[in-house]
Amino acid sequence: MSKFKKKKGGNLPAISTASLPDIVFMLLFFFMVATVMRDSTLMVVNKLPAADQIQKLDKKDRVMYIYAGKPSSRYQDKYGTSARIQLNDKFASVDEVGAFILAERASKRQELQNVLTTALKVDSDTKMGLIQDIKQELRKVQALKINYTTRVGDYTQNLN
Amino acid sequence: MAKRAAPEVNAGSMADIAFLLLIFFLVTTTIETDSGLNRKLPPMEDQVDPPIIREKNIFTVLVSKNDQLLVEEELVDIADLRSLAISFLDNGGGVGDEACDYCQGERDETSSDNPDKAIISLKNDRETSYKVYIAVQNELVAAYNDLRNREFVRLYPNLGINFVEAQKQYDDPRTSADTSEDLKPKLDQVKSMYPQKLSEAESNKLN
Repeated sequence: MSKFKKKKGGNLPAISTASLPDIVFMLLFFFMVATVMRDSTLMVVNKLPAADQIQKLDKKDRVMYIYAGKPSSRYQDKYGTSARIQLNDKFASVDEVGAFILAERASKRQELQNVLTTALKVDSDTKMGLIQDIKQELRKVQALKINYTTRVGDYTQNLN
Repeated sequence: MAKRAAPEVNAGSMADIAFLLLIFFLVTTTIETDSGLNRKLPPMEDQVDPPIIREKNIFTVLVSKNDQLLVEEELVDIADLRSLAISFLDNGGGVGDEACDYCQGERDETSSDNPDKAIISLKNDRETSYKVYIAVQNELVAAYNDLRNREFVRLYPNLGINFVEAQKQYDDPRTSADTSEDLKPKLDQVKSMYPQKLSEAESNKLN
């Protein structure tokens, strides 16, 4: 009586694609977990200088970032065009660097506190005076391991 | 009365949606590892009596506010910096206790005694631009790396790699413990042959 009686066809049943979403979701979750999003938005121009004698900066949990450079175009009305330091998500003055480093250091695990590196991501057009001031602040809080973050390239790219 | 089955939701487009998300994440995220020049700052406490260093053991590099390079008080091009630094470090002009048996330099008496004594002093003005400073740093590190490469290959020719590659292998967390263990003394030895003595003076206002 049933209207929906299945036909018994002789052809091959289609391969079930029901598990395809699962596979794709698995991949999706992997990428979501494995990738690290940049946690602070850049508010400064950050065109890094080039160098080729470089070492990799592995292990992101051991690095503290300090950005410096001219404020990017949409902040220039408010902050002017002279080079500034950016810590986390806001502009900072030189004397805030020490406190920032101490706070960052305190937030890391105990065993990592002595092996931290400070990565200086400074725009290539910055003057050394600002960097000198940052370095002086870092010395005051005993954060002596630094890394001038660069992009990979020949040094001659810096000279024009 | 026939029991009507709830119609099955078509899950065919689920894969498409998931793919869309997947591609979005693939495109937007960058697995980037930063790299750069590692440096160590001198500690803050000022030394009571600074060690006396002979003038000939110091190689002064000064970057002026106009980004010009003065090496040993002479204006030079940055392209020549590496070879100048190498010839200074590798000079080995010392005699007796201070002799350097692995140096291949000119053994000039007016230049450095041995690589352990040789100090490169880098000074810059507050108006120096960062990119030139990095270029200079890069060339000075390159000078050390060139010399270390030479010695590493000379001492351990059967490894088939140079110092920089060995260091990279050592730093790589994927390298097995045995290999790292094996490389460490070799790296340390070459490092002690050409220790990186790069002093960065605090910049002062140069007229």
